[in-house]
Amino acid sequence: MSYELEFEKPLQAIDKEIQNLKKRGDRLRPEDQTKIAVLERELAQRTAEIYAKLTPWQRVLVARHKDRPYTADYIRLLCTDYFELRGDRRFGDDRAIIGGLASIDGRHVVILGHQKGRDTKEKIEANFGMAHPEGYRKAARLMRHAEQFGFPVISLVDTAGAMLDLSAEERGISESIAENLQLMAILRTPIVVAIIGEGGSGGALGIGVGDRVLMLENSVYTVAAPEAAASILWKDSNFAPQAAEAMKITAPELLQLGLVDRVVPEPLGGAHRDHHAMADQLRQALTAELNELCDLPLDVLCARRYEKWRMVGIPASVAAV
Amino acid sequence: MREAEPALNGTGLNGASSSVQAVPDKIVTPCPRCRDLTLRRELEKTLMICPRCGYHHRLTAKQRITYLVDDITAFQEYDRDLTPQDPLHFVSRAQVYATKLKENQNETELSEAVVGGIGTIEGIRVSLAVMDFHFIGGSMGMVAGERLARAMDRAADMAIPLIICSASGGARMQENIFSLFQLAKTSATLTRLRNVKMPYISVLTDPTTGGVTASFASLGDVILAEPNAMVGFAGPRVIEQAIHQRLPSGTDTSEFVLEHGMIDAVVDRRSLRETIARILRFYTAS
Ligand SMILES: [Zn+2]
Repeated sequence: MSYELEFEKPLQAIDKEIQNLKKRGDRLRPEDQTKIAVLERELAQRTAEIYAKLTPWQRVLVARHKDRPYTADYIRLLCTDYFELRGDRRFGDDRAIIGGLASIDGRHVVILGHQKGRDTKEKIEANFGMAHPEGYRKAARLMRHAEQFGFPVISLVDTAGAMLDLSAEERGISESIAENLQLMAILRTPIVVAIIGEGGSGGALGIGVGDRVLMLENSVYTVAAPEAAASILWKDSNFAPQAAEAMKITAPELLQLGLVDRVVPEPLGGAHRDHHAMADQLRQALTAELNELCDLPLDVLCARRYEKWRMVGIPASVAAV
Repeated sequence: MREAEPALNGTGLNGASSSVQAVPDKIVTPCPRCRDLTLRRELEKTLMICPRCGYHHRLTAKQRITYLVDDITAFQEYDRDLTPQDPLHFVSRAQVYATKLKENQNETELSEAVVGGIGTIEGIRVSLAVMDFHFIGGSMGMVAGERLARAMDRAADMAIPLIICSASGGARMQENIFSLFQLAKTSATLTRLRNVKMPYISVLTDPTTGGVTASFASLGDVILAEPNAMVGFAGPRVIEQAIHQRLPSGTDTSEFVLEHGMIDAVVDRRSLRETIARILRFYTAS
């Protein structure tokens, strides 16, 4: 796997050395073997060092990494069985939000999420993960389906934002998101949300309300892209790194602020380095949350979720006034 | 307009200065559409509508409430002492957020972008919340969202109709996720009205864009908009930048969303009050 991010350049040099040695194949001498082992240890150590002190902006770059696992990858890696449900039954089938019936760790669930697309063809089909109203309405349909049949919902969030174009406005992108916010607040079945990459504003929140909100270690959650915030509040989009820092967009920061419930650790060097290990971490976290939530009586579950979102984002000092 | 009595509000109010915006002190006001100059006091007589072309000027919260309720002096404002916070201690090159809040408070005489309270419209008691675009673009700070949620709670608790007049550019970036989650909070809180079978009338005024449209503003049981207001998720300028194309004129206006089935009526400001009352009587009069 390549190293493309600027701050990964020191790793690339070490990795290149390892690959060059390995190219020798059968002609590999014992001292080369030792050298490789030393270099691999160094690579792991340097990776750990770099990733231990990523800046918020570097996390944005990791969250947007082209090799990062997407919803379709998690579905493939997490689910022992999966049947895709397509279409909003009103207008079309938006490939920017996909989902269906799934079996995870022996539990039947409805899983859904934004899909960005890996290669060019997929990216265009998925509209780079930016959903139109029919995507949010398909998600609503799947969630109502889950409620009807008592399946918990797993929602994976990964979008730069909802689609901004004429057709989205004509078909009511605002209303489609607003309806979901309300639906997810009162849906009578457990909902676990995981921000797996980019949590971009209303387009993310449109499938992002639940009993628990998880964030992968290097995912980010923003009300506006750092570039957009920088161009307004710094009058220069080149200040995106400063905006990313000031806005407190990272998983550990949002956990500390009490806005999300759990940070899911990523494998060494980020989720893009090891999809299997990442999926395993996510499965453990989802299962732990679902075990707890599925044990609750529905009335208790719903009352707690309502209270969580009614009181969200208000410090106790303000709530008391 | 007066503060809610302590007994009603649940907490004592310590005589904070009026949080309602004074009318800017200008003698003539130019019309942004026809460029006609109108004497300020003439404009106020016509509810801030241009006498020549009918353009609806943006209102302050105080003007909006004055034009809607029967008696502004009987309007009980709530939550005035629920003042905005700076949860991220946000500082950018252009500004310190805490300072910006203070500046906006001084300029508008509001403490946040939302004013909420109880008043009557043609004798019908309503929970009313009004957004003021002059306060940081009517953006959704955590306390703006909390004030809206409390207006919803009051409607549900008292089993009276809810009216929200929106005017907002969307999110408040200086509060990041605290701001974003207000959309979820307000949308969730609205569900309480279902239990009391009281209507929520959402009134969209110029401009209503961004997160506000993706939450409570689009969830009205009845949705009205003032003529020619900018109404939409992104707004035409943002879309044109995003897709590098010119949009047909009239995209993301009140008339556009009416045509596309998103709202029930476009209502001239001069008949807004009576229209709201007429609608409310379906739900409140036996
Ligand atoms: Zn005019």
